[in-house]
Amino acid sequence: MSIDTNVGAEPRTHAGGPAHSSAESRQWTARVRHAAESAFPPDQLLPDRQPAYMASWIYVFGVLTVVSLAWVIITGCILAIMGPTWWHVSSTGHFVNSLHLWSVEAFFFFMVIHLWGKFFMAAWRGNRRLTWATGVISFLVSVAAAFTGYVSQTNFDSQWISTQAKDGINSTGAGAFWNVLNFGQMLMWHIVLLPIGIALIAGLHVLLVRRRGIVPPFEVAEHHTEPVADAAAAAGEPA
Amino acid sequence: MVLGVLLAALINLGGTGKYFHWGFIQISAANLVIIVLMIVVFVLAILLPFPKRKGDRQ
Repeated sequence: MSIDTNVGAEPRTHAGGPAHSSAESRQWTARVRHAAESAFPPDQLLPDRQPAYMASWIYVFGVLTVVSLAWVIITGCILAIMGPTWWHVSSTGHFVNSLHLWSVEAFFFFMVIHLWGKFFMAAWRGNRRLTWATGVISFLVSVAAAFTGYVSQTNFDSQWISTQAKDGINSTGAGAFWNVLNFGQMLMWHIVLLPIGIALIAGLHVLLVRRRGIVPPFEVAEHHTEPVADAAAAAGEPA
Repeated sequence: MVLGVLLAALINLGGTGKYFHWGFIQISAANLVIIVLMIVVFVLAILLPFPKRKGDRQ
């Protein structure tokens, strides 16, 4: 990294500024910044216009899924801070525990409708294969996260579920490193590894939606000889 | 007390669950209701018109 001798002066801006020096272009920070700016221009990352065909209720289920996930994470953090005794005994704990459960229910409810909608739109069209794939992986990881949550409740229900599930999971061979009767392991998967996985994959999914844009209906796509690969190009375009 | 009644579940969730059986298929009433509800919401999302703001282009 080179030393900026421009001490005390105004910070150097790049957008619309002079061409980048060769020394700067060799820095990994500059290369990452330029790549990020190129892949996700601010007006594409947070657009204020969308294609006209997006004016349909079927397009709202993706963001409803994200909002539900935010509630799952917020209530999960509160449960982690307060602990099992609190969520088992106090009425406030019961309430937050129920919020956590019903946020998950809402998350899957909206995600499955989102999945159906995108499946019947063939949402992988127009170079959106990775968007579709990250959605599918996110769904599968979410199922694992929900399952580990059910076996981490620390009640008779969780004992029943884990003992019922163990034979099925052991028969796949996964039980060697994913033992549903190991409460500590299941809890760690539930509150550390799987949430990190979901946040990363769902975050990538949303970024890809921003980069590729939402998939147009079939009748709109037929009027384009080239796939709509750029959200900015499609924005504001009448259906 | 009144608030507790208002916030309580519409049906008693403390009893034994009700299950449906069709051959090898077994599903709880709760899961079946959720699946039917999802299908209803999906169909409504396709059929119901989306509200338009004034000045929106067509």
